[in-house]
Amino acid sequence: MNAPSYNFAYLDEQTKRMIRRAILKAIAIPGYQVPFASREMPMPYGWGTGGVQVTAAILGPSDVLKVIDQGSDDTTNAISIRKFFAKTAGVATTTRTDEASVIQTRHRIPEAPLHEGQVLVYQVPIPEPLRFLEPRETETRRMHALAEYGLMHVKLYEDIAKFGHIATAYAYPVKVAGRYVMDPSPTPKFDNPKMDNCPALQLFGAGREKRIYAVPPYTEVVSLDFEDHPFTRYRQNAPCALCGAEDSYLDEIVTDDKGGRMFVCSDTDYCETRRAEGHFGSANAPETERADV
Amino acid sequence: MYVAVKGGERAIDNAHRLLADRRRGDRTVPELSLAQISEQLALGVDRVMVEGSLYDRELAALAIKQARGDLIEAIFLLRAFRATLPRFGATEPLDTAAMQVQRRISSTFKDVPGGQILGPTFDYTHRLLDPQLDLGSDPELPERAPVSSEDMPRVTDILGRDGLIEASPQADAEVPVGDLTREPLSFPADRDLRLQNLARGDEGFLLALGYSTQRGYGRSHPFAGEIRFGEVELEFVAEDAGFAVPLGTIAVTECQMVNQFKGSATQPPCFTRGYGLAFGQSERKTMAMALVDRALRARELGEDALAPAQDEEFVLSHSDNVQATGFVEHLKLPHYVDFQSELGLLRRLREEFEQDAGNNGAMQEAAE
Repeated sequence: MNAPSYNFAYLDEQTKRMIRRAILKAIAIPGYQVPFASREMPMPYGWGTGGVQVTAAILGPSDVLKVIDQGSDDTTNAISIRKFFAKTAGVATTTRTDEASVIQTRHRIPEAPLHEGQVLVYQVPIPEPLRFLEPRETETRRMHALAEYGLMHVKLYEDIAKFGHIATAYAYPVKVAGRYVMDPSPTPKFDNPKMDNCPALQLFGAGREKRIYAVPPYTEVVSLDFEDHPFTRYRQNAPCALCGAEDSYLDEIVTDDKGGRMFVCSDTDYCETRRAEGHFGSANAPETERADV
Repeated sequence: MYVAVKGGERAIDNAHRLLADRRRGDRTVPELSLAQISEQLALGVDRVMVEGSLYDRELAALAIKQARGDLIEAIFLLRAFRATLPRFGATEPLDTAAMQVQRRISSTFKDVPGGQILGPTFDYTHRLLDPQLDLGSDPELPERAPVSSEDMPRVTDILGRDGLIEASPQADAEVPVGDLTREPLSFPADRDLRLQNLARGDEGFLLALGYSTQRGYGRSHPFAGEIRFGEVELEFVAEDAGFAVPLGTIAVTECQMVNQFKGSATQPPCFTRGYGLAFGQSERKTMAMALVDRALRARELGEDALAPAQDEEFVLSHSDNVQATGFVEHLKLPHYVDFQSELGLLRRLREEFEQDAGNNGAMQEAAE
């Protein structure tokens, strides 16, 4: 039998070079979707194969990897991908945002500010921000080439006319370096401002759709809006029940079937770090404090 | 809860352990061997090799066993392995006229040179469940004919002699064969890439699309010009040797559909071709593939392209079941961060709706 054997970080060097070339091109043209010959990975399409290929191509033996899904290091897919690289590349892994050199993420940008030298790798399901307005790739590529983004503005305007708001809560479109309209991946729009002028390199990998794009460090990223309807962040109007944070994106945890719920940080590392620093919320207030209530 | 709390890592390990146990099933029942799968579930192995795009019966059988008989999962396993294999080059074009034929039929002529050879086929069997199979008795040995050393001419070549069918396109030796696993597909795609995509494409998807062309969505009046199944020799030109070296034989099924063409300003009416080729005995697959191949030639032949099967981007972007199953099934992954964002927006819109309704009610009362 042709028993399989695998290279460092799974992919063969030829494939890694092909992906690195695509990454370099993506960095040179911020926000532009570079086609690349995406490989079948040992996890399913739609589960982060684009992000995994980008990470595999940039990972070196001295890197420290963090993987999050929904902001959490402990969600099943984050664990699965972290274990994959721990096994195939033997790199150190961490849950600490500030300690990681490469952070692969699905659906969130960490709350702690990123710093120079870090790389944030996004998993992207549908890289084309115009896809739901125009299903044809031949058309959308032409629209990008001509910077013909009127259709997108019309869509946003129609939302306002119909609902009074831009009815896009996540995967909220942005314009990168004043040129390309880009899909930030399905992160909540709360995270959009973090992309702007970020000191870290942001790489986006879409495996099934075979596209890589990038936002180089310190690049302007603007969420699309109108002068009279400016972009606004959305956040649940509550502090985190565990760490009391007033500035983090929150998950709603349903606690019973009678309408009981609590709000906690979606970024588990942020929440844990704050708790270690002595912050607390309503759900874990020290006994003395609770007695006062 | 399947996410969030610590302990996810142990949960995954335990889930995989349980899966391994369920794969084995009742341990008092003897375990399947790869040879059993390869020999007795041969058509399943063929399909996994075709859509997994790797000709290796043993690995395909292993994939089927590991996937508990889920063929799309098995195809995925084989593809993931294939992706890591180095490429040495492309073989010489197969000469299917030189096929050692096990089955060969044409529906366009009563008899053809070389004859109609039925071979191992479900056609004409009565689909009655056979309880005898459960008793494990050996079937009768088959009738055998001597191995023929003569080429078996293709039916389309016979039509071609009179110019009644378009000429088979000739490969340009200068232009390398496209490979969508090495260069991402872009549109419009040439026919070599379309055929590669269809050969790897999901049998069920192509079957439905092919069927739709028969029911009027891009009708092309097809005839099964010829279907043949058997072994063909593979040759590879080794740079060092300077000549074609035989690599061995593989079993393939080839289907050539013959379709009507009304002609154009520059071309007289003639028959056109739709082509299907797949590993092993894969008749349904190659027939569906040939119908869809022909449908996708609408643009080239100056026909109206209005039906789904004629829409190149639609067909080629959705034919791959490994991609499709991944993306459909990824909905199982947690999406609570986005959902939270949507929930917030929805609550706000509903609040405003109720406020508006309240205001309107008040205005109405005031008017009364």
